Amino acid sequence: MPATGFDDVWVVIPVYNEAAVFASVLADVTGTFGHVCVVDDCSTDGSAAIAQEFAGRGVRLVRHPFNLGQGAALQTGLEYVLGDPLMRRVITFDADGQHHVADAVAMVERLDASGATPAGPAGQASSRPGLDVVLGSRFLGGGKGEMGGAKRLVLKAAIAYTNLVVGMKLTDTHNGLRAMNRRAVAALHITQNGMAHATEILEQVKRANLAYVEHKVKISYSPYAKAKGQSLLNAINILVDLVLR
Amino acid sequence: MLIKVVLILAVAVVSLFMLRGHGARRQALRRLGLLAFAAVAVVSIIFPDLLTAVAQKINVGRGADLLLYVLIVVFFSYVASRYVRDRRADQRVTALARRLALSEAPPPRGALPAAGPEPQTGLAGGPTPEAP
Ligand SMILES: Nc1nc2c(ncn2[C@@H]2O[C@H](COP(=O)(O)OP(=O)(O)O)[C@@H](O)[C@H]2O)c(=O)[nH]1
Ligand SMILES: [Mg+2]
Repeated sequence: MPATGFDDVWVVIPVYNEAAVFASVLADVTGTFGHVCVVDDCSTDGSAAIAQEFAGRGVRLVRHPFNLGQGAALQTGLEYVLGDPLMRRVITFDADGQHHVADAVAMVERLDASGATPAGPAGQASSRPGLDVVLGSRFLGGGKGEMGGAKRLVLKAAIAYTNLVVGMKLTDTHNGLRAMNRRAVAALHITQNGMAHATEILEQVKRANLAYVEHKVKISYSPYAKAKGQSLLNAINILVDLVLR
Repeated sequence: MLIKVVLILAVAVVSLFMLRGHGARRQALRRLGLLAFAAVAVVSIIFPDLLTAVAQKINVGRGADLLLYVLIVVFFSYVASRYVRDRRADQRVTALARRLALSEAPPPRGALPAAGPEPQTGLAGGPTPEAP
Protein backbone atom coordinates (compact mmCIF):
# COMPACT_ATOMS: atom_id res chain seq x y z
CA MET A 1 0.00 0.00 0.00
CA PRO A 2 1.35 3.42 -0.90
CA ALA A 3 2.21 5.71 1.96
CA THR A 4 -0.51 7.97 3.17
CA GLY A 5 0.00 11.70 2.94
CA PHE A 6 -0.08 11.66 -0.83
CA ASP A 7 -3.79 11.04 -1.26
CA ASP A 8 -4.18 14.45 -2.92
CA VAL A 9 -1.31 13.76 -5.33
CA TRP A 10 -1.66 12.52 -8.91
CA VAL A 11 1.24 11.35 -11.04
CA VAL A 12 0.68 11.94 -14.76
CA ILE A 13 2.75 9.69 -17.02
CA PRO A 14 2.61 10.12 -20.79
CA VAL A 15 3.71 6.94 -22.46
CA TYR A 16 4.51 5.90 -25.97
CA ASN A 17 6.04 2.49 -26.61
CA GLU A 18 8.02 1.97 -23.42
CA ALA A 19 6.99 -1.64 -22.74
CA ALA A 20 10.57 -2.70 -22.02
CA VAL A 21 10.82 -0.59 -18.88
CA PHE A 22 7.28 0.56 -18.13
CA ALA A 23 6.37 -2.18 -15.64
CA SER A 24 9.33 -1.39 -13.42
CA VAL A 25 8.60 2.34 -13.66
CA LEU A 26 4.99 1.78 -12.60
CA ALA A 27 6.04 -0.55 -9.80
CA ASP A 28 8.33 2.19 -8.48
CA VAL A 29 5.77 4.95 -8.76
CA THR A 30 2.87 3.01 -7.27
CA GLY A 31 5.11 2.01 -4.38
CA THR A 32 4.86 5.61 -3.23
CA PHE A 33 1.89 7.22 -4.95
CA GLY A 34 -1.65 5.88 -4.92
CA HIS A 35 -3.04 7.88 -7.84
CA VAL A 36 -1.39 7.55 -11.23
CA CYS A 37 -2.79 8.64 -14.57
CA VAL A 38 -1.14 6.95 -17.53
CA VAL A 39 -1.87 8.59 -20.87
CA ASP A 40 -1.13 6.06 -23.56
CA ASP A 41 -0.60 7.63 -26.95
CA CYS A 42 -1.68 4.62 -28.96
CA SER A 43 1.41 2.55 -28.19
CA THR A 44 1.87 -0.48 -30.39
CA ASP A 45 4.03 -2.51 -28.01
CA GLY A 46 1.62 -3.33 -25.19
CA SER A 47 2.50 -0.41 -22.93
CA ALA A 48 -1.23 0.14 -22.32
CA ALA A 49 -1.73 -3.46 -21.21
CA ILE A 50 1.08 -3.01 -18.69
CA ALA A 51 -0.73 0.01 -17.26
CA GLN A 52 -3.93 -2.04 -17.01
CA GLU A 53 -2.13 -4.60 -14.88
CA PHE A 54 -1.57 -1.88 -12.31
CA ALA A 55 -5.24 -0.86 -12.15
CA GLY A 56 -5.50 -2.44 -8.71
CA ARG A 57 -2.67 -0.21 -7.48
CA GLY A 58 -4.29 3.08 -8.40
CA VAL A 59 -3.24 3.37 -12.04
CA ARG A 60 -5.87 4.87 -14.32
CA LEU A 61 -5.38 4.46 -18.05
CA VAL A 62 -6.46 7.11 -20.54
CA ARG A 63 -5.91 6.20 -24.17
CA HIS A 64 -5.62 8.48 -27.16
CA PRO A 65 -7.30 6.92 -30.21
CA PHE A 66 -4.17 7.70 -32.24
CA ASN A 67 -0.74 9.18 -31.60
CA LEU A 68 -0.93 12.88 -30.77
CA GLY A 69 2.42 13.52 -29.13
CA GLN A 70 3.77 14.03 -25.65
CA GLY A 71 2.45 17.58 -25.18
CA ALA A 72 -1.05 16.49 -26.10
CA ALA A 73 -0.79 13.52 -23.74
CA LEU A 74 0.28 15.76 -20.87
CA GLN A 75 -2.67 18.08 -21.43
CA THR A 76 -5.03 15.11 -21.54
CA GLY A 77 -3.60 13.85 -18.25
CA LEU A 78 -3.92 17.27 -16.63
CA GLU A 79 -7.55 17.52 -17.67
CA TYR A 80 -8.19 14.03 -16.36
CA VAL A 81 -6.79 14.74 -12.91
CA LEU A 82 -8.68 18.03 -12.73
CA GLY A 83 -11.74 15.79 -12.76
CA ASP A 84 -10.78 14.62 -9.28
CA PRO A 85 -12.03 17.24 -6.82
CA LEU A 86 -9.62 15.94 -4.18
CA MET A 87 -6.56 16.51 -6.34
CA ARG A 88 -4.30 19.23 -4.92
CA ARG A 89 -0.90 18.36 -6.40
CA VAL A 90 0.34 16.80 -9.63
CA ILE A 91 3.64 15.33 -10.74
CA THR A 92 4.55 14.82 -14.39
CA PHE A 93 6.85 11.85 -14.80
CA ASP A 94 8.48 10.11 -17.77
CA ALA A 95 7.69 6.51 -18.63
CA ASP A 96 11.17 5.57 -19.79
CA GLY A 97 12.81 5.13 -16.39
CA GLN A 98 14.88 8.31 -16.55
CA HIS A 99 13.21 9.89 -13.51
CA HIS A 100 13.42 8.92 -9.86
CA VAL A 101 10.54 8.68 -7.40
CA ALA A 102 12.65 10.12 -4.59
CA ASP A 103 13.06 13.36 -6.59
CA ALA A 104 9.32 13.47 -7.27
CA VAL A 105 8.57 13.10 -3.56
CA ALA A 106 10.94 15.89 -2.59
CA MET A 107 9.51 18.16 -5.28
CA VAL A 108 5.86 17.60 -4.48
CA GLU A 109 6.53 18.27 -0.82
CA ARG A 110 7.79 21.75 -1.63
CA LEU A 111 4.45 22.76 -3.14
CA ASP A 112 1.81 24.88 -1.56
CA ALA A 113 -1.12 22.48 -1.62
CA SER A 114 -3.57 24.75 0.15
CA GLY A 115 -5.29 25.58 -3.11
CA ALA A 116 -5.75 29.12 -1.90
CA THR A 117 -4.96 32.03 -4.17
CA PRO A 118 -1.60 33.58 -3.37
CA ALA A 119 -1.69 36.56 -1.05
CA GLY A 120 -5.36 35.87 -0.62
CA PRO A 121 -7.81 38.46 0.62
CA ALA A 122 -7.74 36.76 3.99
CA GLY A 123 -4.21 38.10 4.14
CA GLN A 124 -2.60 35.12 5.79
CA ALA A 125 0.63 37.03 5.91
CA SER A 126 2.82 34.02 5.32
CA SER A 127 6.45 35.08 5.17
CA ARG A 128 7.06 33.52 1.75
CA PRO A 129 4.40 32.82 -0.82
CA GLY A 130 3.79 29.15 -1.45
CA LEU A 131 5.16 27.49 -4.53
CA ASP A 132 2.84 26.64 -7.40
CA VAL A 133 5.37 24.88 -9.62
CA VAL A 134 8.58 22.97 -8.90
CA LEU A 135 10.64 22.30 -12.03
CA GLY A 136 13.11 19.46 -12.19
CA SER A 137 16.60 20.43 -13.32
CA ARG A 138 19.51 18.14 -14.07
CA PHE A 139 21.91 21.07 -14.27
CA LEU A 140 21.04 22.99 -11.09
CA GLY A 141 24.15 23.58 -9.02
CA GLY A 142 26.41 22.80 -11.95
CA GLY A 143 25.57 19.18 -12.59
CA LYS A 144 26.72 17.86 -15.93
CA GLY A 145 23.73 15.62 -16.38
CA GLU A 146 25.33 12.36 -17.45
CA MET A 147 24.72 12.84 -21.17
CA GLY A 148 26.85 12.76 -24.25
CA GLY A 149 28.64 15.88 -25.43
CA ALA A 150 26.58 16.48 -28.58
CA LYS A 151 23.29 16.05 -26.75
CA ARG A 152 24.43 18.41 -24.00
CA LEU A 153 25.39 21.03 -26.55
CA VAL A 154 22.00 20.93 -28.26
CA LEU A 155 20.23 20.90 -24.91
CA LYS A 156 22.21 23.87 -23.64
CA ALA A 157 21.38 25.78 -26.81
CA ALA A 158 17.70 24.93 -26.36
CA ILE A 159 17.85 26.08 -22.74
CA ALA A 160 19.48 29.37 -23.67
CA TYR A 161 16.95 29.97 -26.42
CA THR A 162 14.00 29.07 -24.19
CA ASN A 163 15.18 31.36 -21.42
CA LEU A 164 15.40 34.14 -23.97
CA VAL A 165 11.91 33.50 -25.33
CA VAL A 166 10.11 33.11 -22.02
CA GLY A 167 12.18 35.57 -20.04
CA MET A 168 13.27 33.23 -17.30
CA LYS A 169 16.65 32.22 -15.95
CA LEU A 170 16.40 28.46 -15.67
CA THR A 171 19.21 25.94 -15.70
CA ASP A 172 17.06 23.29 -17.41
CA THR A 173 14.01 23.99 -19.54
CA HIS A 174 13.39 20.59 -21.09
CA ASN A 175 12.85 18.33 -18.15
CA GLY A 176 9.72 16.20 -17.95
CA LEU A 177 9.80 15.96 -14.16
CA ARG A 178 7.62 18.69 -12.68
CA ALA A 179 5.41 19.15 -9.66
CA MET A 180 2.55 21.63 -9.52
CA ASN A 181 -0.45 22.46 -7.43
CA ARG A 182 -4.04 22.56 -8.58
CA ARG A 183 -3.89 26.27 -9.34
CA ALA A 184 -1.03 25.68 -11.77
CA VAL A 185 -2.70 22.68 -13.39
CA ALA A 186 -5.81 24.73 -14.04
CA ALA A 187 -3.75 27.54 -15.55
CA LEU A 188 -2.01 25.34 -18.14
CA HIS A 189 -3.42 24.78 -21.61
CA ILE A 190 -0.86 22.96 -23.69
CA THR A 191 -1.49 23.36 -27.41
CA GLN A 192 1.92 22.23 -28.64
CA ASN A 193 1.30 18.56 -29.21
CA GLY A 194 4.92 17.70 -29.82
CA MET A 195 8.04 18.42 -27.83
CA ALA A 196 7.72 22.22 -28.02
CA HIS A 197 5.27 21.95 -25.13
CA ALA A 198 8.14 22.30 -22.65
CA THR A 199 8.62 25.91 -23.70
CA GLU A 200 4.90 26.53 -23.83
CA ILE A 201 4.44 25.34 -20.24
CA LEU A 202 7.07 27.79 -19.03
CA GLU A 203 5.46 30.64 -20.95
CA GLN A 204 2.15 29.90 -19.30
CA VAL A 205 3.71 29.58 -15.86
CA LYS A 206 5.13 33.04 -16.38
CA ARG A 207 1.96 34.53 -17.80
CA ALA A 208 -0.21 33.14 -14.99
CA ASN A 209 2.21 34.60 -12.46
CA LEU A 210 2.74 31.24 -10.80
CA ALA A 211 5.42 30.96 -8.15
CA TYR A 212 8.07 28.54 -9.39
CA VAL A 213 11.43 27.20 -8.40
CA GLU A 214 13.92 24.72 -9.81
CA HIS A 215 14.81 21.54 -8.00
CA LYS A 216 17.91 19.45 -8.57
CA VAL A 217 17.01 16.05 -9.98
CA LYS A 218 18.85 13.06 -11.30
CA ILE A 219 18.14 11.99 -14.86
CA SER A 220 19.41 8.52 -15.65
CA TYR A 221 20.79 7.80 -19.08
CA SER A 222 20.51 4.07 -19.35
CA PRO A 223 21.44 2.56 -22.70
CA TYR A 224 17.70 2.11 -23.24
CA ALA A 225 16.87 5.77 -22.63
CA LYS A 226 19.80 6.88 -24.72
CA ALA A 227 18.69 4.82 -27.67
CA LYS A 228 15.08 5.95 -27.42
CA GLY A 229 15.37 9.59 -26.41
CA GLN A 230 14.82 12.54 -28.67
CA SER A 231 17.19 12.53 -31.60
CA LEU A 232 19.29 15.61 -32.04
CA LEU A 233 17.63 16.28 -35.38
CA ASN A 234 14.27 16.60 -33.64
CA ALA A 235 15.57 19.80 -32.07
CA ILE A 236 15.01 21.36 -35.49
CA ASN A 237 11.36 20.33 -35.46
CA ILE A 238 10.93 21.79 -32.01
CA LEU A 239 12.51 25.05 -33.10
CA VAL A 240 10.23 25.34 -36.14
CA ASP A 241 7.18 24.60 -34.00
CA LEU A 242 8.18 27.39 -31.66
CA VAL A 243 8.92 29.97 -34.30
CA LEU A 244 6.00 29.28 -36.62
CA ARG A 245 2.92 29.19 -34.51
CA MET B 1 19.70 44.41 -58.00
CA LEU B 2 16.55 46.16 -56.93
CA ILE B 3 14.29 43.40 -58.20
CA LYS B 4 15.81 40.95 -55.74
CA VAL B 5 14.93 43.18 -52.82
CA VAL B 6 11.44 43.68 -54.16
CA LEU B 7 10.86 39.96 -54.62
CA ILE B 8 12.19 39.08 -51.18
CA LEU B 9 9.96 41.74 -49.65
CA ALA B 10 7.04 40.31 -51.63
CA VAL B 11 7.72 36.85 -50.20
CA ALA B 12 7.70 38.24 -46.68
CA VAL B 13 4.64 40.43 -47.11
CA VAL B 14 2.54 37.88 -48.94
CA SER B 15 3.33 35.11 -46.48
CA LEU B 16 2.60 37.35 -43.51
CA PHE B 17 -0.61 38.35 -45.23
CA MET B 18 -1.58 34.73 -45.75
CA LEU B 19 -0.59 33.78 -42.22
CA ARG B 20 -2.58 36.40 -40.39
CA GLY B 21 -6.32 36.54 -40.17
CA HIS B 22 -8.75 34.23 -41.79
CA GLY B 23 -12.06 36.05 -42.01
CA ALA B 24 -14.33 36.22 -45.02
CA ARG B 25 -12.61 39.48 -46.05
CA ARG B 26 -9.24 37.78 -46.09
CA GLN B 27 -10.58 34.88 -48.05
CA ALA B 28 -12.17 37.21 -50.61
CA LEU B 29 -8.88 39.05 -51.04
CA ARG B 30 -7.06 35.77 -51.48
CA ARG B 31 -9.50 34.78 -54.19
CA LEU B 32 -9.13 38.14 -55.92
CA GLY B 33 -5.39 37.61 -55.87
CA LEU B 34 -5.82 34.24 -57.46
CA LEU B 35 -8.09 35.74 -60.11
CA ALA B 36 -5.51 38.42 -60.88
CA PHE B 37 -2.86 35.75 -61.13
CA ALA B 38 -5.00 33.81 -63.59
CA ALA B 39 -5.68 36.94 -65.64
CA VAL B 40 -1.99 37.74 -65.87
CA ALA B 41 -1.29 34.16 -66.85
CA VAL B 42 -3.84 34.27 -69.64
CA VAL B 43 -2.60 37.61 -70.93
CA SER B 44 0.97 36.39 -70.94
CA ILE B 45 -0.07 33.30 -72.86
CA ILE B 46 -1.90 35.35 -75.49
CA PHE B 47 0.87 37.94 -75.75
CA PRO B 48 4.06 36.06 -74.87
CA ASP B 49 6.21 39.06 -75.72
CA LEU B 50 4.42 41.13 -73.12
CA LEU B 51 5.93 39.11 -70.31
CA THR B 52 9.42 39.61 -71.66
CA ALA B 53 8.76 43.29 -72.16
CA VAL B 54 7.65 43.66 -68.59
CA ALA B 55 10.59 41.60 -67.37
CA GLN B 56 13.02 43.82 -69.19
CA LYS B 57 11.33 46.94 -67.83
CA ILE B 58 12.03 45.80 -64.29
CA ASN B 59 15.46 44.40 -65.06
CA VAL B 60 14.73 40.70 -64.66
CA GLY B 61 15.88 39.70 -68.10
CA ARG B 62 13.71 37.06 -69.71
CA GLY B 63 9.97 36.65 -69.24
CA ALA B 64 10.59 33.08 -68.10
CA ASP B 65 12.67 34.36 -65.21
CA LEU B 66 9.90 36.71 -64.15
CA LEU B 67 7.44 33.85 -64.31
CA LEU B 68 9.70 31.73 -62.13
CA TYR B 69 10.04 34.46 -59.52
CA VAL B 70 6.32 35.01 -59.36
CA LEU B 71 5.75 31.29 -59.03
CA ILE B 72 8.20 31.11 -56.16
CA VAL B 73 6.29 33.82 -54.33
CA VAL B 74 2.96 32.14 -54.93
CA PHE B 75 4.22 28.74 -53.93
CA PHE B 76 5.81 29.99 -50.77
CA SER B 77 2.69 31.79 -49.66
CA TYR B 78 0.69 28.66 -50.37
CA VAL B 79 2.98 26.61 -48.14
CA ALA B 80 2.68 29.19 -45.38
CA SER B 81 -1.09 29.34 -45.44
CA ARG B 82 -1.27 25.55 -45.67
CA TYR B 83 0.88 25.30 -42.54
CA VAL B 84 -1.44 27.55 -40.57
CA ARG B 85 -4.52 25.70 -41.74
CA ASP B 86 -2.97 22.34 -40.89
CA ARG B 87 -2.18 23.51 -37.40
CA ARG B 88 -5.74 24.63 -36.89
CA ALA B 89 -7.03 21.31 -38.14
CA ASP B 90 -4.59 19.50 -35.84
CA GLN B 91 -5.94 21.39 -32.87
CA ARG B 92 -9.49 20.44 -33.71
CA VAL B 93 -8.56 16.80 -34.12
CA THR B 94 -6.66 16.90 -30.84
CA ALA B 95 -9.61 18.36 -28.96
CA LEU B 96 -11.87 15.70 -30.39
CA ALA B 97 -9.50 12.84 -29.61
CA ARG B 98 -9.00 14.14 -26.08
CA ARG B 99 -12.75 14.29 -25.45
CA LEU B 100 -13.04 10.72 -26.66
CA ALA B 101 -10.12 9.53 -24.54
CA LEU B 102 -11.45 11.21 -21.41
CA SER B 103 -14.98 9.98 -21.90
CA GLU B 104 -13.79 6.40 -22.20
CA ALA B 105 -11.44 6.62 -19.21
CA PRO B 106 -12.37 5.15 -15.83
CA PRO B 107 -13.35 7.59 -13.06
CA PRO B 108 -10.35 9.00 -11.17
CA ARG B 109 -11.49 7.68 -7.83
CA GLY B 110 -13.64 4.94 -6.48
CA ALA B 111 -14.13 1.35 -7.44
CA LEU B 112 -13.17 0.10 -10.83
CA PRO B 113 -15.54 -2.44 -12.31
CA ALA B 114 -14.88 -5.59 -10.27
CA ALA B 115 -11.54 -6.79 -8.93
CA GLY B 116 -8.82 -8.75 -10.60
CA PRO B 117 -8.05 -8.51 -14.28
CA GLU B 118 -9.77 -5.69 -16.06
CA PRO B 119 -12.86 -6.72 -17.94
CA GLN B 120 -12.03 -5.34 -21.36
CA THR B 121 -15.47 -4.50 -22.56
CA GLY B 122 -16.52 -2.89 -25.75
CA LEU B 123 -15.03 0.48 -26.57
CA ALA B 124 -12.58 0.69 -23.73
CA GLY B 125 -9.55 0.45 -25.97
CA GLY B 126 -10.94 1.74 -29.20
CA PRO B 127 -9.29 0.69 -32.41
CA THR B 128 -5.88 -0.38 -31.22
CA PRO B 129 -3.36 -1.45 -33.80
CA GLU B 130 -1.36 -3.91 -31.72
CA ALA B 131 2.00 -4.85 -33.13
CA PRO B 132 1.89 -8.10 -35.05
N1 LIG C 1 2.07 10.23 -24.95
C1 LIG C 1 3.23 10.30 -25.61
N2 LIG C 1 4.34 10.22 -24.90
C2 LIG C 1 5.49 10.27 -25.55
C3 LIG C 1 5.61 10.43 -26.96
N3 LIG C 1 6.93 10.46 -27.27
C4 LIG C 1 7.59 10.31 -26.11
N4 LIG C 1 6.74 10.18 -25.07
C5 LIG C 1 7.01 9.99 -23.64
O1 LIG C 1 7.63 11.15 -23.12
C6 LIG C 1 8.65 10.82 -22.21
C7 LIG C 1 9.96 11.42 -22.62
O2 LIG C 1 10.24 11.09 -23.95
P1 LIG C 1 11.70 10.92 -24.47
O3 LIG C 1 11.59 10.57 -25.91
O4 LIG C 1 12.43 9.99 -23.58
O5 LIG C 1 12.27 12.39 -24.34
P2 LIG C 1 13.66 12.84 -23.68
O6 LIG C 1 13.82 12.10 -22.40
O7 LIG C 1 13.47 14.32 -23.48
O8 LIG C 1 14.73 12.52 -24.67
C8 LIG C 1 8.62 9.29 -22.12
O9 LIG C 1 7.84 8.94 -21.01
C9 LIG C 1 7.97 8.87 -23.41
O10 LIG C 1 7.28 7.65 -23.28
C10 LIG C 1 4.39 10.52 -27.70
O11 LIG C 1 4.36 10.65 -28.92
N5 LIG C 1 3.25 10.45 -26.96
MG1 LIG D 1 13.61 10.11 -22.03
